[in-house]
Amino acid sequence: MEYVPGIPILKASRDDDNRPFWEAVDEHRFVLQRCSHCDRYLQPPRPMCPQCRSMDTLEWVESPGRGEIYSYVTYTTDRMAYPAMKVPYSVVLVEMEEGVRLVSNMIDIEPDEVRIGLPVEVVFDDISDDLTLFKFKVRED
Amino acid sequence: MNSIKDTVAIVGVATTEFSEDSGRTEYSMACEVIKAAADDAGVPLEDIDGMVKDVVDGIDAMYVQKALGMETLTYSSDSHWGTSPLINAVTALAAGICSHVVYYRSANNGSGKRAGSDFRAAKETKDESLDLIRYDLHHPFGLMGPAGSAGIGIRRYLRDYGVGAEQVGWVPVVCSEHGSNNPHAAFRNAPLTIEDYLASELVVDPLRRLDIAPEVDGAIAIVLSRAELAADLAKQPVYVGAVAMGSGTNGEHYSSYSRDDIAGLPEMELMAAELYRVAGVGPDDIHVAQLDDRYAPYVPMQIEALGFCGKGEGGAFCEGGDNLRVGGRLAINTGGGFLSEGFSHGVNVIEAVHQIRGTSTNQLDGVELAMVATGAGGPADGVILHS
Repeated sequence: MEYVPGIPILKASRDDDNRPFWEAVDEHRFVLQRCSHCDRYLQPPRPMCPQCRSMDTLEWVESPGRGEIYSYVTYTTDRMAYPAMKVPYSVVLVEMEEGVRLVSNMIDIEPDEVRIGLPVEVVFDDISDDLTLFKFKVRED
Repeated sequence: MNSIKDTVAIVGVATTEFSEDSGRTEYSMACEVIKAAADDAGVPLEDIDGMVKDVVDGIDAMYVQKALGMETLTYSSDSHWGTSPLINAVTALAAGICSHVVYYRSANNGSGKRAGSDFRAAKETKDESLDLIRYDLHHPFGLMGPAGSAGIGIRRYLRDYGVGAEQVGWVPVVCSEHGSNNPHAAFRNAPLTIEDYLASELVVDPLRRLDIAPEVDGAIAIVLSRAELAADLAKQPVYVGAVAMGSGTNGEHYSSYSRDDIAGLPEMELMAAELYRVAGVGPDDIHVAQLDDRYAPYVPMQIEALGFCGKGEGGAFCEGGDNLRVGGRLAINTGGGFLSEGFSHGVNVIEAVHQIRGTSTNQLDGVELAMVATGAGGPADGVILHS
């Protein structure tokens, strides 16, 4: 996918509930939030486990970043699209092996090649000096 | 358990002209439409003691009250969009806090800010909102605006149940047929054909241009009264048999990706069960409904969630359009829906009032019950009205 020069990409605003996730991405590490009591992964991040209602059992654990495309949309017209990105582009929802799902982009395939069920793995895209995003590429194994 | 049934009636309704560019302020439209709804009801403005609106409306209620000379309000609230402000009005009336409440919505969404630009502005101004959790996780990847967010769940629905464009397409076709008879519909045109739909461009694939209700400029107002006051007013009262919301369900606005099944509308299922319980009716009793057609595939999903057919059967229910037309199993969006009238939340309540009053431009015979649903893809709100 291609970006339109000169238009900023919206960044995540970091707070205590999500900071460890984005700081890991800055360092090219992929972490997910988990409740150590319930052994349950949480996405989006939150301050309490919805199962045991504990606030002090939440931890951030390293993930191998493997999953498959669960669903996606493809923007084909500028009017509907995010102005920083050239159309056509796809936004994928990836289901990780841990069971949680994340919104992201593919780096290596065209929008018309995106398919539900495609196996993918995480990669890191250093878009600018102050922005790194996690994205996905097709997994070969 | 639920004391709301039949304690409240809708007594007055009004709309301004709907257009792609009103050429006037939201403030001005709000004042005009509230006065018109009070006139329709035969309730003097000074007797209205409650006001409700939704949070995305452009003009603050206090300024509206100032222009209308409404001096003695004992209840005022903002709620999320859809039918939910109307539910606040009903609960305030049922609780005895008010005698008459006006619900208004006034927005220049057609000519002014669109939904997507709204989100962008909120993010750029660092507006503190719980929804920023979602923006943060989605915006950096270009998931922009509600159509994209909704499209991800809709793709799973279409795929998991084998629902095809040649089935969903009958929703815009039937809405355009109904809208073509409604002089108020801003996007009134000659009725579409299924071929028009299948030729329509995929703009946020899987959504086609004709799947997406266009934003519109305009205002609506609805006056509700306690039932014992309603009988002596200007118009036939339209009684509120039930109101209900559906929320929780591990959901978000259009992007409920963290629940096990993203191919359904569990908020609608929750809402429908409560509506039917309170009103004491079931899907078999209902033959006209105003459904949320902001995105056409949400219509077969709603028809399933509201119990008019089984899970995954909504596509077949819509195919050919006959079930959805006046006289069919479930006439939907008889004013043309958001797809023909334009997307201005809550207007589908007014068309349900017209059906019970007998004043719709696509009138069914002898309507005693009408259902309204909004909030597909997010917190759901609904109402069952009766004569």
